[in-house]
Amino acid sequence: MSGLIKSSIARKLVMALSGLFLVVFLTQHFVINFTSVIAPETFNQWSHFMGYNPLVQFVLQPILIAGVVIHFVMGFILEAQNKSARGVSYVKYNGGANASWMSRNMIYTGLVVLAFLGLHFYDFWVHEMAYKYVEVKAEDPTRYHAETVEKFAPIWRTLLYVVSFVLLSLHLWHGFASSFQSMGVNNKYSPVIQKIAKIFAVVIPLGFAFIAIYHHLNPITH
Amino acid sequence: MKLFLKIWRQKDASTKGQMVDYTLDGVEGDMSFLEMLDILNEDLINKGEEPVEFDHDCREGICGTCSLQINGEPHGPDRLVTTCQLHMRKFNDGDTIVIEPFRAKAFPVIKDLIVDRSSFDRIQQAGGYISVNTSGNTVDANAIPIEKHAADSAMDSATCIGCGACVAACKNASAMLFTSAKVSQFAQLPQGRVEATDRVMNMVRQMDLEGFGNCTNTGACEVECPKGISLENIARMNREYLAASVKG
Ligand code: SF4
Ligand code: FES
Repeated sequence: MSGLIKSSIARKLVMALSGLFLVVFLTQHFVINFTSVIAPETFNQWSHFMGYNPLVQFVLQPILIAGVVIHFVMGFILEAQNKSARGVSYVKYNGGANASWMSRNMIYTGLVVLAFLGLHFYDFWVHEMAYKYVEVKAEDPTRYHAETVEKFAPIWRTLLYVVSFVLLSLHLWHGFASSFQSMGVNNKYSPVIQKIAKIFAVVIPLGFAFIAIYHHLNPITH
Repeated sequence: MKLFLKIWRQKDASTKGQMVDYTLDGVEGDMSFLEMLDILNEDLINKGEEPVEFDHDCREGICGTCSLQINGEPHGPDRLVTTCQLHMRKFNDGDTIVIEPFRAKAFPVIKDLIVDRSSFDRIQQAGGYISVNTSGNTVDANAIPIEKHAADSAMDSATCIGCGACVAACKNASAMLFTSAKVSQFAQLPQGRVEATDRVMNMVRQMDLEGFGNCTNTGACEVECPKGISLENIARMNREYLAASVKG
């Protein structure tokens, strides 16, 4: 089994599985976020549950962080190995002739998404940690919706989020569909799977962008 | 037609190379790309200069010896052809054509446009065969009944000519398409199943040892392959490899 990690096919599988795991997480995150638009009460309840449930906080959250770290560390390793596998670069390389822009620029779209994660962590996760463990404020299951909407008041943050979602979409466009090929799935269902994966890659980031813009345009007035 | 050529010249494996400009007149549309280079070389020889070294053998698209990265694409802009089958009518009078060797750490340049592709031979030697006792009691391969679609699909994989265009095209210089074709041509036949586990493990290990890059499913190989070897082969090899790893 240890041979698995040393081989190029195993590294490809690690990328695919960690990526698919993040896709599942993204779906879940989207569903909860969407309630902030259509049902603020539900959003508050779910957010509070996510923030205080020990299983979520101490088991699922570390697994999620591990998933993210594995995905990007492996991405960097692959990029470095792949760059060096060329040896001498071409004077003229017409990459656009045979492969999509998305598939050739996963490292860059991935880096933008990673940078976004930094901002997003700072915006929400650091804030929560400070609230719960530093300032040790009392539990307040009704605060989440207002806090979230307020975050999107500045136009710069809304714009940064929206741009990141566009890059996320480009990353998913290649990544999600390609993970099936990495797992060895290439059969008569593949065209349908590919289509669904591409629809997901557009719809989910679009949805996230919609939520950010919606909150920016609909501030809470007291 | 008149062409402006930019060609990679390199004296030998250890000397640094560079692009050199040539102007060539009188090229006809029905010449092959290699014939065009032949004419250039005749000119150079007549002038007492070193001809441009390039690989070729059959000149009919079956041996996989010709190579060349032409304007940034292996075997040039045409699809499903090797460089020897590429017609000059695909280019226009006055065009500038950039000609480089296939680039990969595992394909070191020997001279000018010739690269050493023996890394492919070593992958093949690591498992791209079936063990048959040929000492007088060889069984006729046709004696084993094989489903038509399996036979056809195995034949499709077997049409890989080992040219290396897949590696040259891939932004990662990955040899997955070649290796997967060589794994697949046996994996789909009963004769090949016997040693399937060892074959895929050994061939992938050799492929990694040679220093080829990791596949990221860009699909460039499939587009540039002169024989139309499809990505299905890579998916099959991934399955074979995972199954073999679990078996241990
Ligand atoms: S898979 Fe295609 S491109 Fe690669 S070596 Fe075989 S014939 Fe050439
Ligand atoms: S010279 Fe044989 S395939 Fe081109």
